[in-house]
Amino acid sequence: MPSTLRNQAAIAGIGQTPYSKKSGVSELSLACQAVSAAIDDAGVRPDEVDGVVTYLLDSTDEVEVARAVGLGDLSFFSQVNYGGGAAIGLVHEAAMAVASGVARNVVVYRGMNGRSGQRMGAGVSGNIITSDVIHWSWYITYGMMTPASWVAMIAQRYMQEYGATSEHLAHIAIAQRNHALNNPNAAGYGKPLSMDDYMASRLVADPLRLYDCCQETDGGCAMLITSAERAKDLRHPPAEIRGVVQASPRGQEQMTSFYREELTSLPEMELAAKLVYEQSGLGPDDIDAACLYDAFTPEVLMQLESFGFCGKGEAKDFIDGGKALTVGGRLPNNTHGGLLSEAYLHGLNNVVEGVRLIRGSSCNQPEGVEHVLMSAAVGVPTSALILGKAGGP
Amino acid sequence: MPSRIKPPMGEDNGWWWEQAARDKLVIQRCASCEVLRHPPRPMCDGCRSLEWDFVEACGRGSLASFTVLHHPQVPGYEYPLAIGLVDLEEGTRIVTQLVDCERDDITIGMPLEALIHRDDDGFKLPVFRPARESEA
Ligand SMILES: [Zn+2]
Repeated sequence: MPSTLRNQAAIAGIGQTPYSKKSGVSELSLACQAVSAAIDDAGVRPDEVDGVVTYLLDSTDEVEVARAVGLGDLSFFSQVNYGGGAAIGLVHEAAMAVASGVARNVVVYRGMNGRSGQRMGAGVSGNIITSDVIHWSWYITYGMMTPASWVAMIAQRYMQEYGATSEHLAHIAIAQRNHALNNPNAAGYGKPLSMDDYMASRLVADPLRLYDCCQETDGGCAMLITSAERAKDLRHPPAEIRGVVQASPRGQEQMTSFYREELTSLPEMELAAKLVYEQSGLGPDDIDAACLYDAFTPEVLMQLESFGFCGKGEAKDFIDGGKALTVGGRLPNNTHGGLLSEAYLHGLNNVVEGVRLIRGSSCNQPEGVEHVLMSAAVGVPTSALILGKAGGP
Repeated sequence: MPSRIKPPMGEDNGWWWEQAARDKLVIQRCASCEVLRHPPRPMCDGCRSLEWDFVEACGRGSLASFTVLHHPQVPGYEYPLAIGLVDLEEGTRIVTQLVDCERDDITIGMPLEALIHRDDDGFKLPVFRPARESEA
């Protein structure tokens, strides 16, 4: 039986800081600025906020933000594991808290100096022996220590199996860069990307080139989640949560699920798709736009298949040279530029764009958007979300 | 001279590296149901037995996928660095380095054979190279 979360909660506020390569402020400051902006955007008072959720990887604890922003008495606080897989896990936590009455107004946030501080590409290491450290050591010892290297291993096999090429990856990178050209907050603003630029860019982890990889960003973003009922009385048209799920199928690992029989699909995203469609009562035909997690371009191709927009191996044709993923196409995707061309806020900035698409305020707003699909990170325990307009099905 | 980042030697994995140091590529085996597993874990996910031993791999395998790393370049490693995901003949998979081959020699499905590589500081690890035709 599907869960009872459908239409119980809504995203009523969004906030973000400027995105840059060097913020010059602390991660606590970024988190506070984003949370503060989300509260104001919703039109609630700080002392009305009684729930706070962030990433386990965020350096700023919930109570630090609560104290700095002046939030109220907290009855719910939580941190979600698995890097970018948590992007929508945050919304999942908040929606469950609101639906159960545990909290009334929950803020979720991510604030990171992802370029000037600790960089993801620097790899991972540790001194204390845990199962997590041992997990990474099977790869790091051999020199495989970046997200790009782990994703490349899956992408290589997928591309060979289905005949996807660098041109197909380029079409995704270019489509999203074109979106960013209309987004003054985006890293790609004012920086057009051509096929020649793409092909001339250096290999990072074969088959991934520089432009297949997401930004590294200093910045923060946040959202306020409340009940669908309350959201109707707040400042903006609510983005109602039709379905929100976490998904970690059998045999799942962090970034390196190399030991599953199937190497050319994403079992975690297939599970997320099954659960989120089940909960929402919707299917791929109901989805008008998407913000699919795009730390690396092949992830977009593979997720189009996981979420049923096309059959296995058909994504390279589905994207139609990138046209299908832009305004006027079948599935406008990452209309703000995404993690590739707006910013890398661990995926949370893609969810913020999903809210804008429902409000009708994207910098590349398609006509008639009723439902938007969002996903969190690929290759890890993950999460997915479908937002809809208030009053809709 | 910078050297590669060494694995932590915990209860669940240190024994595997000790076997590599003795020039052996080994695979953990459930002592109860005899199913092989890699990377090593303390419990069998089929029968939940905590008892295990290991077998020495024959060293033959085929390439399931690969990447060649160019950037970032970490001290202690040589670039371009070819990494392979290898299906061992015994049925388990392993992430490893591919040696004695150029990018254009590497194809998914190619037969490979294991050897033990020794770093300048004496650290040993199993790596794979294209299978020699005489052994085919
Ligand atoms: Zn067993």
